[in-house]
Amino acid sequence: MRTRLLTLLAVLALARTGVARGDDPPRIAVGSKKFTESVILGELLTLLARDAGVDAVHRRELGGTQILWKALLAGEIDVYPEYTGTLREEILSGERLPTEESLRAALAERGVAMSASLGFDDTYALGMLEDVAARLGIESISDLSEHPDLALGLSHEFMDREDGWPGLRRRYGLRPTAVQGVDHDLAYRGLANEAIAVTDLYSTDAEIEQYRIRVLTDDLHYFPAYQAVFLYRDDLRQRAPAALTALRRHEGAISQKEMIELNAAAKLKRINEQRIAANFLHAKLGLIADVSEETFATRLSLRTREHLYLVAVSLFFAVSLAVPLGIFAARWPAFAQPILAIVGLIQTIPSLAILVFMIPLLGLGAKPAIVALFLYSLLPIVRNTYVGLHDIPLSLRESAEALGLPSFARLRLVELPLASRAILAGVKTAAVINVGTATLGALIGAGGFGQPILTGIRLDDVGLILEGAVPAALLAICTQGVFELAERWLVPKGLRLKRST
Amino acid sequence: MPASIEFRAVAKFYDRAPALRPTNLTIAAGKTTVLLGPSGCGKSTLLRLLVGLLKADQGQVLFDGRELNEASLLDVRRRTGYVIQDGGLFPHLNARSNASLMARYLGWPPRRVAERIAELADLVRLPNERLDAFPSQLSGGQRQRVSLMRALMLDPEVLLLDEPLGALDPIIRADLQIDLRRVCRSLAKTVVLVTHDLAEARYFGDQIVLLRDGGIVQQDTFEGLLHRPREPFVEQFIQAQRGGLEAPVAEQGR
Repeated sequence: MRTRLLTLLAVLALARTGVARGDDPPRIAVGSKKFTESVILGELLTLLARDAGVDAVHRRELGGTQILWKALLAGEIDVYPEYTGTLREEILSGERLPTEESLRAALAERGVAMSASLGFDDTYALGMLEDVAARLGIESISDLSEHPDLALGLSHEFMDREDGWPGLRRRYGLRPTAVQGVDHDLAYRGLANEAIAVTDLYSTDAEIEQYRIRVLTDDLHYFPAYQAVFLYRDDLRQRAPAALTALRRHEGAISQKEMIELNAAAKLKRINEQRIAANFLHAKLGLIADVSEETFATRLSLRTREHLYLVAVSLFFAVSLAVPLGIFAARWPAFAQPILAIVGLIQTIPSLAILVFMIPLLGLGAKPAIVALFLYSLLPIVRNTYVGLHDIPLSLRESAEALGLPSFARLRLVELPLASRAILAGVKTAAVINVGTATLGALIGAGGFGQPILTGIRLDDVGLILEGAVPAALLAICTQGVFELAERWLVPKGLRLKRST
Repeated sequence: MPASIEFRAVAKFYDRAPALRPTNLTIAAGKTTVLLGPSGCGKSTLLRLLVGLLKADQGQVLFDGRELNEASLLDVRRRTGYVIQDGGLFPHLNARSNASLMARYLGWPPRRVAERIAELADLVRLPNERLDAFPSQLSGGQRQRVSLMRALMLDPEVLLLDEPLGALDPIIRADLQIDLRRVCRSLAKTVVLVTHDLAEARYFGDQIVLLRDGGIVQQDTFEGLLHRPREPFVEQFIQAQRGGLEAPVAEQGR
């Protein structure tokens, strides 16, 4: 048994080396959110820092604003692209921060600094086909009030939000005759075939260039500003001044039109974001950056190692804790209900909530993902261990007692072997669920098969989604198979016989 | 040396209802004592108190003159063999491993274990090739034979049999009954057998302890019960099973 454990640990250690990181200063970590523009900006920041001789890593496509913000506060990342509107409306929504000075002051209290605008806004806007707008002479939202007959197709979210259509309509006094809800992705096609004339959009959407859309000026300043900036930790000034100087070369460097082109290159032409960023820096600043594009095989092997690492380590620790807990619950019935209730309760916590909660404690990457997977693995194992032991017939437990075996020997020689099938079934359930849940690890930079799924959803690329989903499904099936073999190995033969009488 | 067993004012309650009223009982060393009575009379309770599967609410149980308590419990259990109605064999172990579990736990050398198993299989007349079978592959009678081997493995001073033949059909039962008595007699151990069957009690018992409603009615030989009943209940109990007496089960097969 001991050699088996050592082998397992050795395998885990090997798997880990594939994703380990070194510690040579100065190094900075750049973060980005799981949408294309953020990933491109993250790549730009990373390449600029590297050009300044700093060892920069890009923790790309993290799971959302809260995760990035917490990671920045915890020092897991040093810099990430953000929007002033998001800062005011979401991150610091409890405070009134109308001016740039007040916003900077509020950030400074938290040890965070903000760059100047990168040069563009990514805000809500209204748009229409360039041809149609030119024909009707419409340049601003105010101009729409003279054309109440134009059909508006608005995304459902925009229609419902108080700071969306209802407020916009009041501010501009619009009285259109036809307003309908449409899916955002279909809205552009609606514009193209003139089923609708006006739609809401994000002002840097890749499709703006593709469909030749005119973005109408918000002349009454209804929409809050969503200026692109990057946030960085104050300590960067002392820790890596050269890097900061390099990063600041982005301030004011990207125009609205350029950002739309960059988005279009990624989303419509499917060019790798790092390549896009490198090309932009070359054209704009004359920088030459190395672009490392991995082959399918190296990507797959890295992700498989990352994924297996998450599953194996979390399962190992879950088994180490859950089996003793199950034994404890079965031996002392007074504790059984509380223990089962607690592990059951853990199961109901949404995974994203656990991940966000873990960042201040454990940072980004594999660790918080492993803790979350570990917590989710407890219930099936504790429950099956408890039930397996609890269901041993009284006559067998008493026979073992009457032989004169002490308590621990009874457990080892009789009760655990009798419950082995149930316990193993619990571990199997946990493992299979783990393989699926581990795809969420990509949200906090733990890699694994979730990474291509996340990117695929972002780029609406089914092939990329399958690149993650298919190996994950295969791994789940393999796991199932491995446990069926393990059953032959671990469950005593006498329990696997069909009853002859 | 076989050990004697003494119950001193031992009582056991379930939710305040007495399963056993304060009872004094001495079980003679080297003899077979049968605890007899209808179900619910307390006979199994006495046996389970003896191996510490139940704890007495009052009084003391003395095993070979020594009080049964936490400190002496494991030792008493190892000096006692215990067979229950359905055998209580562990389904994950084959017959050999079931019988030898305790000896292996105590670190007997494999050779000694093998010799003892061969000896016991011979004694209980279990065919050698059945030693590798798992409980689910054995017949009911074979299971009881293996269970008896397991009980005798450490050569205990006391053998406790709780309705050991209760779950068997009549022909197998008769067969095993003969072997069981032969074993009891040949080993000259202190044997306590629990049954509700008068014929079985007569067949096995040097002494019979008749119980009713958690108390002892009469402790005597079979002849004593038959000819000197202390209470009308003794006559009633014998009367009710008269039919069985005239043709004892063990003799039917002859």
